[in-house]
Amino acid sequence: MKTLFALVLGLLCNPASALVFDQVQPSENTLTFAYKQMGVLLDGKFKRYNAQVSFDPAKLGSAQARIEIELASIDTGSTEADEEVVGKKWFNAKTYPTASFVASSIKALGGNRYEASGKLSIKGRTLDVIAPVSFQQSGARGVFDGSFILKRLDYAIGEGEWADVTTVANEIQIRFHFIVNAAPSKK
Amino acid sequence: MSKPTRYTRTAMTLHWLMALLIFAAFPLGVYMHELPLSPTKLQLYSYHKWIGVTLLGLIVLRIVWRLRHAPPPLPEQMPDWQKRASAATHHLLYLLLVAVPMSGWLMSSAKGFQTVWLGVLPLPDLVEKNKELGVALAELHEGLNIVLLVLVALHLAAVVKHQFIDRDDILSRMLPKGNRP
Repeated sequence: MKTLFALVLGLLCNPASALVFDQVQPSENTLTFAYKQMGVLLDGKFKRYNAQVSFDPAKLGSAQARIEIELASIDTGSTEADEEVVGKKWFNAKTYPTASFVASSIKALGGNRYEASGKLSIKGRTLDVIAPVSFQQSGARGVFDGSFILKRLDYAIGEGEWADVTTVANEIQIRFHFIVNAAPSKK
Repeated sequence: MSKPTRYTRTAMTLHWLMALLIFAAFPLGVYMHELPLSPTKLQLYSYHKWIGVTLLGLIVLRIVWRLRHAPPPLPEQMPDWQKRASAATHHLLYLLLVAVPMSGWLMSSAKGFQTVWLGVLPLPDLVEKNKELGVALAELHEGLNIVLLVLVALHLAAVVKHQFIDRDDILSRMLPKGNRP
């Protein structure tokens, strides 16, 4: 009884120290984006991507995140646009089938807010990105929510006539909602 | 006081402005939907929708105006069946001038593209995004436009007939006075 009490107390006082969130739940995750076209707000999503996350709120130094996105799995909301954006002027998905994000550091901003920095690679170009992320923990379930603005022309997404940002805006908001659970065995 | 022989200035302005916009929106609609995806196509779609929303606003004003201001009478010698045909055509035209832009707006909503008038004023989406409904509404929009085209052709044919065969100068009812001798 005493040991059980101590265990519960330990979990209550410092629940995070015992948990490493690394069980990504692909069926619950969403990776979406929003952009403006001729002043009209539109959104879309990616259907296939592979995320690997390892996150211990008590050990941010050892946090890891890596996401690989299959660009051809894009759903822009219209078939015509889906076919267009995998083409050479946009993603050139034949030559560059995936985009990837690899986190390099995670900083605590206080409360449940963090800031993830890392390298985002699309279409053969790699640039630093910073995204604010919130982390909501309930028991062994962890929910990451974050968004950042990607400027598509930084990655030459939309070349030639499509480089005109008055039609399709340069700013694309990327939003992610990832469920990452802690492995029960690690409790 | 003699009965008016012309439409009011407001009615004339609405008529000719709408005629101009319809003659822009119609060919634009026919042309743009065959284009491959390009920024030009996206721009033309927006312009077409902006014109359509403008026309919808104008037809509402026009109907309200028409309900309060009776049109000038038709020539007395005109046979009754022609008067009835004229009234029917005009009522159908009013109906289509509401139905055509409405079907376009609905189609836009169903296809998941909100209509933002002049790129500034967002119109509410009337229906949820729904692919099948979008396809059905696109067909409806096209069908209604074909009916509108036929009615406009009939309207113009009647003008030609009255002007050059009957010579009853009915066209002057819709022309400003300054243009008349």
